[in-house]
Parts: sequence; C-alpha cells; structure tokens
Amino acid sequence: MKPLVSTAPLRPLKLPQKHEVTDTQVDIMEYAPYAIDIGKVLFLFSAVMGIAAILTWMERKQSAVMQDRIGANRADIFGFRILGLFHIIADSVKMFTKEDFVPAQGNHFLHTLAPMLSMFFALLTFAVVPFGGIYQFGDLNVSLQIFDLNVGLLFLFAMMSMGIYGFVLGGWASANNFALLGGIRASGQMISYEITMGATVIGTIMVYGTLSLQEMNLAQGELLWGWIPLWGVLLQPVGCILFIVASLAETKRVPFDVPEGESEIIGYFVEYSGMRFGMFFLTDFIETVLAAALTTTLFFGGWQIPYLYSEGFLFPWGWSLELSPIIVMLLQVGAFMSKISFFCFTFLLIRWTLPRFRWDQLMRLGWTIMLPISILNIVVTGLVILILDR
Amino acid sequence: MEELVFYLCAAVAIVAALTVIVQRSAVYSALALIACFCSVAILFFQLGAEFIAAIQVIVYAGAIMVLFLFVVMLIDPESDAFASNRLKKLTITAVPLAAILGLLLLWAVPAVGPNGSDSSHAATGGIEPLARSLFSDYLLPFEVTSILILVAVLGAMVLAKRTD
Repeated sequence: MKPLVSTAPLRPLKLPQKHEVTDTQVDIMEYAPYAIDIGKVLFLFSAVMGIAAILTWMERKQSAVMQDRIGANRADIFGFRILGLFHIIADSVKMFTKEDFVPAQGNHFLHTLAPMLSMFFALLTFAVVPFGGIYQFGDLNVSLQIFDLNVGLLFLFAMMSMGIYGFVLGGWASANNFALLGGIRASGQMISYEITMGATVIGTIMVYGTLSLQEMNLAQGELLWGWIPLWGVLLQPVGCILFIVASLAETKRVPFDVPEGESEIIGYFVEYSGMRFGMFFLTDFIETVLAAALTTTLFFGGWQIPYLYSEGFLFPWGWSLELSPIIVMLLQVGAFMSKISFFCFTFLLIRWTLPRFRWDQLMRLGWTIMLPISILNIVVTGLVILILDR
Repeated sequence: MEELVFYLCAAVAIVAALTVIVQRSAVYSALALIACFCSVAILFFQLGAEFIAAIQVIVYAGAIMVLFLFVVMLIDPESDAFASNRLKKLTITAVPLAAILGLLLLWAVPAVGPNGSDSSHAATGGIEPLARSLFSDYLLPFEVTSILILVAVLGAMVLAKRTD
C-alpha cells in the first residue's frame, strides 16, 4: 500500500479528536481507506488509459502483421525504435500541437463539450468494474473495485446511455450535415444495441441473482461437480456471444462502423481536429477496453483464476499451495488484466477480419435477429432455473 | 459531505429546471433537462433508492431525452415555421395547470413529512423489495401497464408504416 504516505495531505478536515497523536501508526490507519480509494482510482485510470494508448499502436501493428506489412516503425528516440512503440508518443504530440479547429457556423460551446462528455462517461463506467477480489490485510478489508454499487450493472447501462450525448452533440454542433448524419447514426446504433445488451444481461442477472458485479465475480469462483469453474460463459453461452457482438457494436468500430463510415460520411468527428478529435479517437479505444472488461467480468470469471482461493491454490486432485494475500491479489489483478488484453486482441482481430455492415443490415441484425434471441435466452434461462430448483 | 452533495445537486436541479423554461434555444433547453434529471438521480441515490436513480438516468436522461434531442436537431425549432401564435394559447392553458399542480404539491408535501413516510423500502437498496411488491401486490397494474406500452409500440409502428 504505497500511496499511504503520499496522500496524507488529502485527509478530510474532521480530525478524530479522541486519539491523541501518540502513535503515528494509528493515525495512518484511520486514513488508510481514503488512501486505498485514491490508489484504486489512480491504478484503474492509468491501467485503462495505458491499455487504450497501447491499443492505438496495436491497431496499426496488428493490422500490418495481418496484411503482411511492416507497419508503424519510423518514430525513434536516439535510433531506438522498440517495434514502433514511440508512435504513441509521436501521435499524442502531434494531436496536442495541431490547430484546434471550430467551424465558424458551429456551436463553439457544445463543440468543445462533446468530446469531453463522451470520454467522461466512457471512463466513469469503469467505477463499478471489479479488477480484483476482496482481500484481508490485518484489520484492513480491501475490495478491488472503486465503487461496489448494488445496482452496478444498471449503473453501467446508465453511463453507456449518457455517453451517446457526446457523439450526438458533436455531430450537431459541427454545423455539417455529414457530421449530423454520423451523430444520428451513432445514437441509433448505440440505442439499438444497448437494448439487446440489456436483454442479454438479464439472463446473467437471473443466474447469479445479483446486480453487483463484485458478487457476480465471487459467484464465478465456485466449482461445478468439484472441478469445473462456474464461469458465466458456461451458464450463459448464448448470452455470452450476444453480449460480445452487442458490445462490439457499442464501440462503433468495424464491422459496426456505420457512424464513422470512413469511405462514405466520415462521421460525427468530421469537423474535429487536434486533441478534441484525439479524445473521440481515444474514446473508441476506451470503449474497446470496456467491452473487453465487461465480457471478462460477466462471462469469463473476471479476476478469478480457477482453483485459486484467498489462501492459495487448492486443486481438485488434492494438491495445494499456500500463498500470502499480497501474492494472491497480484495474481488475480494480473489475471484480470491478461484477460482484458486477450479480449482487446481478439476484438482487434475481428476488426481487421470482417467487412463492415451496411446501415440497414446493421439495424436488421440488431432488431430482428439479436433481440429476439436474447429474449428467448431469458425465457430458456428462466425455465432451466425453474426445473433445476424443483 | 452528504449535505454538500445534496445542496449542490438540489441547486443544479433547480437552476437546470429554470433554464429549461427560460432558455430560448431548444437544444440548450433539452440539455438542461438532462442535467436536471441527472441531479435528481443523485438525490434519489442519496435517499438509498439506487434502483430508481439508475432507472432515472437510463430511461429519462438516456433514452427519452435522446429522442427529444433528435427531434430538436432535425426540425430546427428556431426557424420561422415554428414562430407562430401557438405559444400564447399554450400559455393560457399552462398557467392554470401549473397553479393546480402547485396546490397539489402544497397539499402533498407536508403530508409526507420531511423524512419521508416510509423509508424502510428505500433503505434496502431498492431492487428486491421493489420487484417483490411489483410482482405480488401490484401484479395487475404492472401487467396492465406492460400491455399499454405494447399497444403504444404497435400504434407507433402502424403510424410509421402507413404508406398513403
């Protein structure tokens, strides 16, 4: 718990008067929860932004490998190129120093507000995503989730539906018909697929009987017949596929890139330049990380490693390995991050493999194929739960 | 801290609600209404009604207001076509209605009391007691409402698909 000391000036004004400051250890323990909260926020924020930044490089490099090219490799510092990773820095320097253009006919205030809104709500969604379990360090109980909301799943959808405003306003405030069309397409697509996503997740809620993401993750640590980990993908296979497709649609990238449509309308950010465009650009990647994080959390055990419990490994065939809570914590956070990275990789793979949908195909897929299947999924899940309970 | 958040959100809600009426630009009005909904959602959350807070944001601030914003953006209400005398007629009906609503609130708010009539349901987070009473005590109204919404959806479909 390194941030303990550094965050001491941030303590609230109400000092506990009954403890005379004789023992500094006690004093620090009083404020440890605040320090841990700040540490969790800083960790998750930098992890998400870090993965999103690396994804901008991955996007170029992975597509290059898939298309038998070399890809970004020119940016260097003193001749060192490390696979073109310096392109992340070069890109951001370019974005920040470019002219920040606002169309003369556009609405200056909303044009500025729009990218902030879209990025803000995309980042805020991570507040309910658990990136680790609940650990006991002495008297301290640490739950590695920024905010354990008992309606966490609904909070997630609330933030997603608010995120739409960034794209709609960006499209409208640009005073450009292509941008407006892009904004409207973006919101139409996101609303349609949010409905499918919501209907899909209901099956998961029914299985676990909770809306809290941390409780869902704890439930995914249990074993079926003593050896199969009860991950969401086993309990809700159809829901898992539907959820992945819907969350890919939420990221607005190929094959669901109708709002952007590089070859036709360019999209809601056509009148954006500099870092404001960069924020829209980064939001897409943050949403990719979010899609990966949610898929992991809901269907692939989140931070759970099979057979790893709070005291250490305990294999069904009798082997066991005791580990200290710190090691368990690091392993589980690492597992969560690796799962996210894997899904980000897979999503990029999908993005560079499939051609894009046309507007009507996209709507037909959402409303006439995915939504009925997801509703059917609810009915079947309900029936199975009813039969198993008998 | 909690009081600070309460007064902040209450102030934002009131200012935003006033902005909805006073603001001449329809887009800003719609945005102010979204801000108002969101701050009211935070107030719900502070009362322990987390489910209601989330639904407030998803349904009102998210879904419904997006449609409002669509209409406002696509038809451009600031143009001359909409600057008619309808506003005066609306004012004549709106003032008595607002007066009636105000009187009802004056009568209803003291009846509930400052601490709410029964906060035991809200204190438990909301979703389980809500679901239980929705599917037992209020089953009939709930199902009737669902059918009403279904009829509304079908009606909208029929109107939209009409070709003549």
